[in-house]
Amino acid sequence: MSNLAVLPIIIPLISAIILIFFNSKVTISRGLTKLFSLISLGVAGYIFWYVLENGTIILETGGWAAPYGIILVVDSLAAILVLTTNIIAVACAFYAPHTGLQKRENFYFYPLFLFLITGVSGAFITGDLFNLFVFFEVLLMASYGLIVLGGDKVQLRESLKYLLINLFSSMLFVTAIAFLYAVVGTVNMAHIAERVQEVEQQGILTAIGILLFFVFATKAALFPLYYWLPKSYVVPNPVVSALFGALLTKVGIYSILRVFSLIFVYNIELTHELFIWIAGLSMIFGVIGALSTNNIKLIIAYNIIPAIGFIILGIGVLNQDALSGSIYYLVHDMIIKSALFLLVGVVAYVAGTSDLRKMGGLIHYYPFLGWMLFVAAFVLAGIPPFSGFIGKLLLLKGAFADGEVVIVIIGLLTSLLILYSIMKIFINGFWGDKDTMGEFKKKSTKGLYTPIVFLLALSVILGVGAEYFYPIVDSVAAYLLDPDIYIDSVLKE
Amino acid sequence: MEIIISVLAGILFATAIYNILQKQLLRIVIGTALLSHGAHLFIFTMGKLKTGQPPVLTEGVTDYTDPLPQALILTSIVISFGVTSLLLVLAYRTTKENNTDNMEQLRGGENE
Repeated sequence: MSNLAVLPIIIPLISAIILIFFNSKVTISRGLTKLFSLISLGVAGYIFWYVLENGTIILETGGWAAPYGIILVVDSLAAILVLTTNIIAVACAFYAPHTGLQKRENFYFYPLFLFLITGVSGAFITGDLFNLFVFFEVLLMASYGLIVLGGDKVQLRESLKYLLINLFSSMLFVTAIAFLYAVVGTVNMAHIAERVQEVEQQGILTAIGILLFFVFATKAALFPLYYWLPKSYVVPNPVVSALFGALLTKVGIYSILRVFSLIFVYNIELTHELFIWIAGLSMIFGVIGALSTNNIKLIIAYNIIPAIGFIILGIGVLNQDALSGSIYYLVHDMIIKSALFLLVGVVAYVAGTSDLRKMGGLIHYYPFLGWMLFVAAFVLAGIPPFSGFIGKLLLLKGAFADGEVVIVIIGLLTSLLILYSIMKIFINGFWGDKDTMGEFKKKSTKGLYTPIVFLLALSVILGVGAEYFYPIVDSVAAYLLDPDIYIDSVLKE
Repeated sequence: MEIIISVLAGILFATAIYNILQKQLLRIVIGTALLSHGAHLFIFTMGKLKTGQPPVLTEGVTDYTDPLPQALILTSIVISFGVTSLLLVLAYRTTKENNTDNMEQLRGGENE
């Protein structure tokens, strides 16, 4: 059954290649993308169930035993994230045909979309540091294609910056791997983790760890490396923004979670204390950004940064509660961020502008849209009983137990401000007189609501049904806290 | 030998970063190309430089060339080649559409 591990990578990859041939036939592409993403979701669901029942799946590609060949490891953390990725992919596949994509759809939108899913799933599954770099490049290549699709003046300008910053951090990633290889002589993550404990000069390893952190922090958009994110996530189509916001930064944070819970765990006072500071600063600066703008897409894009801050807080504190909070928050944030980007996409589409100052009174025309945004704001800010609450509760509990009182206060304040920043969209955009926007032509929103309702419902279930999800997340956190389980299962000692 | 190549990689990195920090778009592209060369040379050095040794680990052979860095470099070269060509096309289109290749003028405002 170990071949299961390769399926989340292979299925989107093959589908993408098939779809290249149907590029000019948009209806077939749409249908096939929906079909393939549903198949992929089914397989991811089965893998998730299988991993929970039978433990980690390990595939030694080409039959080469662990430290020599590339291995794929689907442990419980990877299984959860692959499942969430596929859920978002399905929602986006059903949303995409109904947006203003028309002219862009037959410029390889669907193949690129599936290549992106391939890269993201691959990055979650691989157990080899260099292979992680390769999957990063796969997903980045697809993202370069998606972000520039359409070729507007503004889009080209922002894509160029996005490409440059990612190219730079990728090259640093390669350099960091080279350093690590020189010190420990391997690129297999389990093998690195094993050898790191034996290295005499721990100082150089800490330096390499920080270099790797720098690379991942750039991809994850942590303070102070988030400057590239907001604008480049605003320019593309809402589907692309949703995919980027939900998946790309999360791959970065996943890599930090993996590397700093498995490999660099011997100097926690330095590295992980740094994370807590960065978490606090990311929260503050991200939310200030969200409050500073009147562009609704930009508000959501800025809200990615405090969310990443919350997740890294759990990695910094590194105890049972905080880590399970991090994982809960990671899954929650992937779902709600994609829902919010899709929602805001609809709002900008029906209002004809993304400037809040030009909006108003939309609730008279689109009551359902308004209330969905209202619920999404509550989920994001962490109002009980929604999913954000459970994640934040666990995170702050863990941080409090660790004596990090300042960060708890910052976290709570940030949550309030996040709520305010989304409510600003609701108050300015939806409230007001019916004729605020003058002559208003109602546009059809057929097919746009279903994926959003699906994602929002999942968020609500994730919060209300925490009783069922919490034990899973808790066991994943316990598993991450003991790197030896991962090492032993990969190297089979 | 390793020392010389390391210094060379360092010089490549320095020139790359100098070029990336320029305002002109083409210089930035050249900077990224130099950066990838530096990184590749660096991986190469990390596997220790030897001549005339077999690239395999077999029984009895104790002195061998490490094949892994070479595999890593090949992968990395292919990727950076692809990205650089994409970057060139993108830079060309951006310059055409925006009528400027000065990064200072490519900043952009808020509500667009």
